[in-house]
Amino acid sequence: MILQARDVSKTFGGLQALSKVSFEVPQGQILGLIGPNGAGKTTLFNCLNGVYPPTEGRVTFRGQDITGKKPYDVARMGMARTHQIVRPLNELTVRENVMVGACYGHERHGLREAARIADEVLEFVGLGERADQLASSLNVAQKKRLEMARALGARPILLLLDEVLAGLNASEVGGMVETVRKIRDQGVTIIMIEHLMHALMNVSDYVIVLDYGRLIASGTPAEVTNDPKVIEAYLGDPKMAESLMEESREESGVRSQESEVGK
Amino acid sequence: MKDQPNTTSAGGALALPVPALIANAWRNPGLLLTLGLMVVVGLWPVVTRQEALRETIFTIMLSVALASSLNIMLGYTGYINFGNVVFFGLGGYVGMYLLGTYGASLWVAMLAGGVASGLLALLLGKAILRLRGSYFALATLGVSEVMRTFIGNFSPFGGPTGISLNFRVFAAYGGAKQALWLTYYVLVGLALLVVGVSYLIKISKFGLGLMANREDEDAAEVMGVITPNAKTWAYIASAIVPGMVGALVFFRKTVIEPDPAFDLQSSIETLVTVMLGGRGTVLGPVLGAAGYQGLRGFLMTNPFFQNIQLSVAGVLLLLIVLFIPLGAVGWLRARFLRLRRLLP
Repeated sequence: MILQARDVSKTFGGLQALSKVSFEVPQGQILGLIGPNGAGKTTLFNCLNGVYPPTEGRVTFRGQDITGKKPYDVARMGMARTHQIVRPLNELTVRENVMVGACYGHERHGLREAARIADEVLEFVGLGERADQLASSLNVAQKKRLEMARALGARPILLLLDEVLAGLNASEVGGMVETVRKIRDQGVTIIMIEHLMHALMNVSDYVIVLDYGRLIASGTPAEVTNDPKVIEAYLGDPKMAESLMEESREESGVRSQESEVGK
Repeated sequence: MKDQPNTTSAGGALALPVPALIANAWRNPGLLLTLGLMVVVGLWPVVTRQEALRETIFTIMLSVALASSLNIMLGYTGYINFGNVVFFGLGGYVGMYLLGTYGASLWVAMLAGGVASGLLALLLGKAILRLRGSYFALATLGVSEVMRTFIGNFSPFGGPTGISLNFRVFAAYGGAKQALWLTYYVLVGLALLVVGVSYLIKISKFGLGLMANREDEDAAEVMGVITPNAKTWAYIASAIVPGMVGALVFFRKTVIEPDPAFDLQSSIETLVTVMLGGRGTVLGPVLGAAGYQGLRGFLMTNPFFQNIQLSVAGVLLLLIVLFIPLGAVGWLRARFLRLRRLLP
């Protein structure tokens, strides 16, 4: 198990953002994390990577207790993350942004090696030509790719992706999903928060569902899409419910096709 | 902003492999031009043996040393230090105390001044570096004022009358005239040193971490930059040379008093100098110093502006922040990308 969360809870004053959330992620898995808006998904990420400590509970990463450790300590152990609202280092170039990740991540490279890694990673995400541009000159979609590149520059062991597909069009989504698979194929364990159901269900090995800070369901994508608790949680958001329904129909259709062709 | 990522790190908290960095620094035309310009200007009064000119250049070089040091915190780390004079003043007091009470040599006094300021930065850092933005700025202001008041009441440091040295203290350096020249050379040397170190920091891994911190402290932490340590080291680095220079400057004057030592106006003027020239650049503080001291010279002799110098500095700062926040060199670097290598 790369990561274990046990009874993680987080309160902000009177607000219970997370209640006794427990789950585990084995090495090399892609774990999908879904839930209606405000369910506490980003809060959970923040508790995992040290942005703030959980009020209760324990987080274990690579066998070590990291509960309440600072983000830089957790990063140095090999956890990287992207943010829902991108945070580029504006007055630095695109390459320099990724170099920060490579220099200060768990591999702790020197500048020359970091620049080489940065160029590799930028090629991988498709920003190779923009390496010398200032980060502030990129558009939002490019900034999202930069956010991912920065996390990858650190060659993480566990990667937390927070809505990397948001705002992308259909073909871009396909490309990004492929990129996520390629990252996993390189041995990186991934936890992804996503709202795009069909994409998430397609790429995840396992899914956990949060609602009002509680873990309400977990299982394979097929199990979760058919779980009545999950559907009920989303009923407040009819579009979500519909896409989930559609998803479960597609899944059973797609899976039977795939098993015939052979993966 | 960075010319080329071309050094390897030996690892360790600071990641400043000095020999490798220096080897690379020599290849930067902009740095060589900057240092060369400073050397030429510095030698000008030496060659012409003009004492009035020497004093003018002394003031400019002093401003360069203070501004370049402040730039490490303001420009690279993004922390606004409104009380930067506190390092200059404390260094001055510690130096003068050793000179007056123990008859220490100027070199010991300067070293002690630098160490004292460095220690102050370390201790202060523990207390206030956790504050962000304006809170940090206000705290530094508070510290400076507290220091002024405290030292003004501290009898070993002479209380309100301060410390004064007998002119005999110059005898060890060949007399007053010689001492004035000697201290001038030392100051120019320190100014060159600080500009060089500023460049080395900028191209190092440490500098990259500082600038990441400046752009987005939280994102930098998530990427693994140990921000409290980086900020503390930057703060200490920005304090040492002002401390040494403080000892030197007050030695020359042979007298130090609380108000001139911890003069708020000096803090503000150093801030304006960095912002005017270009924060976060190496050449910026140098040009800013020359520019601002020139302006100040004009203001002091002009009957209208004589008494409102500080207001002019304030208005200038406001205009810079509103219209050219990157300062002169920063603006040029942004506008003429090809000149970047020449304008470090």
